[in-house]
Amino acid sequence: MSRDPGLQPERTRLAWRRTLLAVTAILLLELRLAFTGRTFDAVLAGLAVVAWLGVLVVDWRRATGSGPRRVARWSVPLTALATAGLALLGVLHVVRGLR
Amino acid sequence: MWEAIRRWFDPRELRSVGSTPDYRFSLANERTFLAWLRTGLALIAGGLAAAQFLPRLPLAYLREVIAVALLLLGATVAVRAVDHWARTERAIRLGEELPASRFPAVLALVVAAGALLLVAAVLARGLG
Repeated sequence: MSRDPGLQPERTRLAWRRTLLAVTAILLLELRLAFTGRTFDAVLAGLAVVAWLGVLVVDWRRATGSGPRRVARWSVPLTALATAGLALLGVLHVVRGLR
Repeated sequence: MWEAIRRWFDPRELRSVGSTPDYRFSLANERTFLAWLRTGLALIAGGLAAAQFLPRLPLAYLREVIAVALLLLGATVAVRAVDHWARTERAIRLGEELPASRFPAVLALVVAAGALLLVAAVLARGLG
């Protein structure tokens, strides 16, 4: 316990931050996708922003207070679901573009 | 299957089995999950990039197929990451062996096969 009291939570915080950055890159690609073509796909953009906000809130919760010292619970499945949701939004957009 | 999914979202059950481990192990498990998630995010970014930046390919719908395949692979990696995280957490608490998995090997083979197919497609286009 005493060998690295601060390092492991710090590394975990940084891992969350890197993940948030990756999700932000996905959000930007998805917003760009929403703007391609003649129309603006507000539903795609809106849902992508909601998923990104979810990850942002989780990251913030894990980064403040005693977050990283507790076992992650909701944070993990919620973040994975947001990620899978972003992927499915992209799939829906590509499939809809075929028509 | 639904039982497993329910388990991901039931923190009480995850906390009731076995004994509470050194928090550093849980944090390491969490970071492994995040590394897997970023792997999935990279695949998703590849799919979104394929959808937006690839020119129309000679084979009909090949661009769309590449994009959808990468996106679905990324989503699969993300979902599988949660499952592995939950099973690892459980194993740590129970003092059991960590869950073995073929998934990393399968993923590596799928990505390698996809890359080779694309090399073939690029060569066919360049020569043809």
